[in-house]
Amino acid sequence: MDDLYRELIIDRYKNPHFRGALEPNDISFEDDNPLCGDHIRIDLRVDENGVVSEVAFDGHGCAISQASADLLAESVLGKSLDYIKQVSKQDVLDMLGIELGPVRLKCALLSLKVLKAGVYGLGEASDDLVEN
Amino acid sequence: MDVEEIRKDFPIFKREVRPGIPLVYLDSTATSQKPTSVIEAMNDYYQYHNANVHRGIHTLAEEATQAYEASRQRVTDFINARSPREVIFTRNTTESINMVALTWGRTFLNEDDLVILTEMEHHSNLVPWQILAAEKGIRLEFIPITQAGLLDLEEYRKLLEQMPRLVSFTHMSNVLGTINPAKEIVQLAHQAGAITLIDGAQSVPHFPVDVEDLDTDFLAFSAHKICGPTGIGILYGKLNILAEMPPFLGGGEMIKRVFLRSFIPNELPHKFEAGTPAIAESVGLHAALDYVHHVGMEKIEAHEKEIISYALERLDEITWIHVLGPQAKYKGGVAAFTFEGVHPHDVAQVLDQTGIAVRAGHHCAMPLHEKFNIPATTRASFYLYNTLDEVDKLIDGLYKVKKFFG
Repeated sequence: MDDLYRELIIDRYKNPHFRGALEPNDISFEDDNPLCGDHIRIDLRVDENGVVSEVAFDGHGCAISQASADLLAESVLGKSLDYIKQVSKQDVLDMLGIELGPVRLKCALLSLKVLKAGVYGLGEASDDLVEN
Repeated sequence: MDVEEIRKDFPIFKREVRPGIPLVYLDSTATSQKPTSVIEAMNDYYQYHNANVHRGIHTLAEEATQAYEASRQRVTDFINARSPREVIFTRNTTESINMVALTWGRTFLNEDDLVILTEMEHHSNLVPWQILAAEKGIRLEFIPITQAGLLDLEEYRKLLEQMPRLVSFTHMSNVLGTINPAKEIVQLAHQAGAITLIDGAQSVPHFPVDVEDLDTDFLAFSAHKICGPTGIGILYGKLNILAEMPPFLGGGEMIKRVFLRSFIPNELPHKFEAGTPAIAESVGLHAALDYVHHVGMEKIEAHEKEIISYALERLDEITWIHVLGPQAKYKGGVAAFTFEGVHPHDVAQVLDQTGIAVRAGHHCAMPLHEKFNIPATTRASFYLYNTLDEVDKLIDGLYKVKKFFG
């Protein structure tokens, strides 16, 4: 059990640091995981240099989806949009520090999918965004 | 019924999910486990009789054909159909329902014709009709669910005044567990001039289902939920209706004669079975029906009633758990529930650590979950091999989840 739900994940699930909304914002995107109903929205404010100055997320779902959104938000604060485009599936898994089966992987990667779709300005989020 | 003896028939119960942790399988609504007799029957077929069916002159082809048609006869007897010509092998319940939508529906339904479904349908009895609605402009109406988790038959009677052509409904909900009064629903539909399709995916495995008694026009179900293999399902249809329907898929086996620009379809039931069928799976299905028949469908039904009554009693003690659906007397062996403050995925994952297999999600019934305004549930379901002790393990597991996410 501890392999899957590290203290960090439970802690960030129960006490997220970045839960909220940014209004107005420069980038906002949301999507859900139709398999389990997880939902994530991420809002960004971006300064004139293309650097993320503020970030917030909101949504509902399992501990892994919500904790990964919170950790991802933390990791992109102060980073450039170009940096975000390079964030990979493995980066998210490294943040979580756990191994995941294919079903839970979708939970963990939903926030990255949302973030990238927003940064790329796409109309729709696609799994291709988090393949690598 | 001796459950401990029954469990010995299922080799999977010998395995540990991980070292020292035995399997507590509470996911039979998704698929059942398979007894040794089913696995061995399929092995035996592949080892000694394997050949393609029909038109073969050689010994193996004859044996394979006999085995395949014997399975059809076994299904005929099991559901009390009048003739094996009324029993069509498909891939699964979903394909059976699609077959009715795409042959009977596409041919005989016209714009504004009404098909009545219910709010508790599995996606497999919603989407085929939605596809047909987009294609042909048929109308869909839904029998609502009452707060108690039962179909609102008063509303159904009102809908029948609109002269539906078809009433297609689940015999037992895979989420609420509700067992619907199928005979009454069919009778009312017939009085209104409609024909009926029963989704028997959850009923045929769990209690006696007799198509003559129900008088339904169609019944769809799958082998893999009745201790049989995946890959084979059944569409039962009344002979006169099947005879009027055009073929489904085109190809070998479904034809009598083929010319370059036309064909003459084969006799029933082969008209609906294009291509090489699931032969080994039909053999497995035969063994599965023999198995549950030998145990006794009434005994299986009574056993599950005992388990679900006990499970509901124990779950009701827990204030942070809310079970969906009606009380035990209207229900089969399914308990889908919400867990206050914990997502079903997390519940299922923590339970899995203790060897308990449950399902988490919307169970292919998104509109039903929306109706109750919940995104997902955790579902424990029971079959002939489950024990009261396993219910206790589930309850212990749920307390562990509570402690963990506290």
